[in-house]
Amino acid sequence: MAGAEAASAPGLPEAAALGWRREPASERTLRRDGRRWTAWTCWVVALFAAPGAALLWIEPWTFPVAALCFAHAWAVPSLQARRGARSVVPIGSERSAAGAAADRVALGLLADLAGHADRELLARTGLVRHRGRLGTWLVGEQGALLIRRRGRLPGRRVFCWCVRVADARELPAADRVAHLLLALREDEEGVATIANLAFSGARWRVARHLPPGGRAGLASA
Amino acid sequence: MGRLIRLDRTGHTTVAEWSAADPADAERALAAFAGELERGMIASVDRGEGRAEVVRELPLDADLVILRRPIAGG
Repeated sequence: MAGAEAASAPGLPEAAALGWRREPASERTLRRDGRRWTAWTCWVVALFAAPGAALLWIEPWTFPVAALCFAHAWAVPSLQARRGARSVVPIGSERSAAGAAADRVALGLLADLAGHADRELLARTGLVRHRGRLGTWLVGEQGALLIRRRGRLPGRRVFCWCVRVADARELPAADRVAHLLLALREDEEGVATIANLAFSGARWRVARHLPPGGRAGLASA
Repeated sequence: MGRLIRLDRTGHTTVAEWSAADPADAERALAAFAGELERGMIASVDRGEGRAEVVRELPLDADLVILRRPIAGG
């Protein structure tokens, strides 16, 4: 159709609507956010572990209190990773909206969108893979994991994004994923701009809190 | 043959189908498309290799145009 190019709109309309309120996501902002999360995690660990170590050094018999400090140093970052992992919600998982009669139709369309290579992964994990410029995305019903690359190799850092259909009422689970997959294919930086970053950190920290299917998806990314 | 579908509570609904050879079909599809955009839907066309494009006018040469709802941060 003549004029089809002019009728297309670069980027996500949802991201454009945010305007100055949100800095557009890019390689640079992702690197910066990753460093901030690492610094924050180190700070939390040091904040709780240092008093524990000091107590043990001053008086070894205070070890029960020191153990409480070490437990906090472990638990707080772990809770943050858990929050990130829970934001994804694979199809068929505990918090999934799957179960409606329309799910079969929606799943068929999603499988077509995913393509032959990723259909098996979808069936196995409840997540859809999208290989983008920023890294490999694993998309669930209420969020997505972005696994960054290091050169040609898969990276160790995972970003957990909370992003969903604005009005998901009565929408089958697979359609919720299809919405996010389409948006990623349209403009992955736009999706990263709209989405809320729930967590960024090492792959193993997220994997511990994913359901078995999610862990398999993360391993395959 | 082109198809315009909307992702909705039934899984998806075919909103319009058209053939490049039939101007009346195309007119109906264009009207349906404009109506969906007015309701706040976003239209997406697959461009291959894991890429898609948001369109504001119905590309009559496309095989499949998908209408989706807006997304937001969770």
